[in-house]
Amino acid sequence: MKLTVSSSPHLHGKTTTGHIMRDVLIALVPCVLAGVFLYGFRSLLVVSVCTLLCILLEFICRIIMKRPQTVFDLSAAVTGVLLGLTLPPDTPILLLPVGCITAIVIVKQMFGGLGNNFVNPALTARIVMLVSFPTEMTTFRDSIHQATDAVTSATPLAESFTGEVGYLDLFLGNIGGSIGETCKLAILLGLVYLLLRRVISPLIPVVYVGTAALLAWVLGQDVLFTVLSGGLLFGAVFMATDYVTSPVTRLGKIIYAVGCGIITVLIRFYANLPEGVSYAIVLMNITVPLIERFTRRAPFGKRKPEKKKEGGV
Amino acid sequence: MKHNSFPDKPYPTSGGIHVPHRKHTAGTASVVMPPPARVLIPMQMHIGAPCTPCVAVGDEVRVGQLIGNSDKPFSAPIHASVSGKVTAIKTVPIGGGGMAEAVEITSDGEMTPIEHAPVSVTTAEELAAAAYACGLVGLGGAGFPTHIKLRPPKDKPIDTLLINGAECEPYLTADNREIIENSWEVMSGIYTVKAALGIKRVLICIENNKPEAIRILREIADSSVDEKDEVRVLALHASYPQGAEKVLIRAATGREVPQGGLPSDVGCIVLNVTSIATLSRYIKTGMPLTHKRLTVAGSAIAEPKNVIAPIGTLVSEVVAFCGGYAQEPKKLLMGGPMMGIALSTDEVPIVKNNNGIIAMGEAEAVRLEPTACIRCGRCMASCPMKLMPMLMERAVLREDVEGMKKADLLTCMECGSCAYSCPASRPLVQSFRLGKKILRERK
Repeated sequence: MKLTVSSSPHLHGKTTTGHIMRDVLIALVPCVLAGVFLYGFRSLLVVSVCTLLCILLEFICRIIMKRPQTVFDLSAAVTGVLLGLTLPPDTPILLLPVGCITAIVIVKQMFGGLGNNFVNPALTARIVMLVSFPTEMTTFRDSIHQATDAVTSATPLAESFTGEVGYLDLFLGNIGGSIGETCKLAILLGLVYLLLRRVISPLIPVVYVGTAALLAWVLGQDVLFTVLSGGLLFGAVFMATDYVTSPVTRLGKIIYAVGCGIITVLIRFYANLPEGVSYAIVLMNITVPLIERFTRRAPFGKRKPEKKKEGGV
Repeated sequence: MKHNSFPDKPYPTSGGIHVPHRKHTAGTASVVMPPPARVLIPMQMHIGAPCTPCVAVGDEVRVGQLIGNSDKPFSAPIHASVSGKVTAIKTVPIGGGGMAEAVEITSDGEMTPIEHAPVSVTTAEELAAAAYACGLVGLGGAGFPTHIKLRPPKDKPIDTLLINGAECEPYLTADNREIIENSWEVMSGIYTVKAALGIKRVLICIENNKPEAIRILREIADSSVDEKDEVRVLALHASYPQGAEKVLIRAATGREVPQGGLPSDVGCIVLNVTSIATLSRYIKTGMPLTHKRLTVAGSAIAEPKNVIAPIGTLVSEVVAFCGGYAQEPKKLLMGGPMMGIALSTDEVPIVKNNNGIIAMGEAEAVRLEPTACIRCGRCMASCPMKLMPMLMERAVLREDVEGMKKADLLTCMECGSCAYSCPASRPLVQSFRLGKKILRERK
């Protein structure tokens, strides 16, 4: 009789990291489908290449680093899909490795792999690509269903945008923009799935978008337009909620989301950039250890220093 | 100190998880095991100073005879569980990997008891003395000497007696059966303790997945002679770990025992339901603690059931009495699956604070490989002590003593809720035990 002797507990819950990542991938499917529906099959090409490249890079990195292979926990796949969805549909394929290497090799693996990155890998990759290839990264096409004949166009947030756009078009993504960020309906479907599967709590998305809406209103801007345009909804649901780069404490999450909202709106209206979500989230990522330090809850039975804790009334 | 009334429903508690109940043995009556050929009774089955044997090899002993005691007050005496002859006094391995001095008694099969008579208990001092003479320790698993619990310091007035019938661990139904089979002894013990200590409020706390136990005790409590109706049953949420002492106190009274403190700091005494029934039996008959009810269950046990066995019976013999192993056991636990100890052999004796023997087969005894922490926060959400397990683990892995103290590592009660919830299968409780050891050594 060979008995296993190990520490308690001897029972374990069913959820694994792989299950959580798989749920995120499923939640992203509506956005991928929307990207294809709106902008054609090139969207699928961009997203697929990013995903496969990220998986391959992680696989190779772990071998070179002589560490256990982690590709099967699907986290590299999630990063790849997220990155692909934030790019314009016409992004040249040769640019994609720049983003994938930034996300997987530099931000993630060089810092120790899953759980050790201090900023969001996909967003950081997007920022690097934007700064390195500004023309290609700001060249968008109309959705297949828009009435214009233009081959390239500006997004509703760009200064060069001259047209009128209705809220319904903004909501359904019938505009120029990144592959996965434009169809708000698809994003909301993904959010509902993540909430039902208890992968994320609604706290960060609601507070982030709510803060942005409130600040927009205070500044006399169009609230609904602010909420429905750009990468705000996508960032609030899929990027800001990343476990590794957001605070674990409840109060910390609130502060973090408020910070994201404020910075997003300030960049949008007062800076020389059309979109602020990537920078806002990455800036707040950096403050997370500090936020966590100051938002810890008191443990059970914490003795108050000034008076002894009394029992009952 | 005034208590704050009888709650209809429990106060909210932090964290907690839902574990599978697996209370398959709840509906069948307990079976008394015939005396084994020999018993091996360790001299340490409690928290506190170990006992020394007060019998010698060759002595004839009877059931209930004193065989070990200590001159230190923080201890509990030990009594023979079978009648027969003392055949050895030796050091043996006990569950958990340690070694202990033990008295081996070869049974004559007669189970002849000592001379015994009811004990009179009216004052607090008589009550504590009775608990000591009974050899009573916390039978819910903790093994804390009960007589010390019943002598709270004078500056800590007690207004509430909580009876712990929660039994939140999966599989275990021993306390449940105690209530169903010995309900009058439970209640009699409660009234005796209540009167002797002058406590004005008694709450019998039972998880709501035990409706029969709740109903039985409520009937007796409602129909009792106690017109002031100061003994009531409170149904707790069936969430793990409601049966943990501090969590129980919070759920029943809303009070939080301060870090490093005891229930008496918040005016409470907590007694396990089997402990109080055992005390009641001692007062009525004069027979001390010699037998234990255990739930024997798990996928590798052929006939799971509740067994009443003499203390000191080997685990292998208890399992044999339950039909033996249904399949090759991969893990054998003393206690429940959340906080029980894994045994390396079944040739160890049952002790006083054993509530269960769980034998897990190959499929059930899952072996998990840890992966990277993704800071998902599920550990923090499930911690009943409102701690941050991921911070504690990080401090332990770095052997960072200051970090461990800042993360309140010593407040952890090792319930396992965090490790159960962790999607990365990290061995959190193991790390915390290691961390506590480091803190003890480097303080």
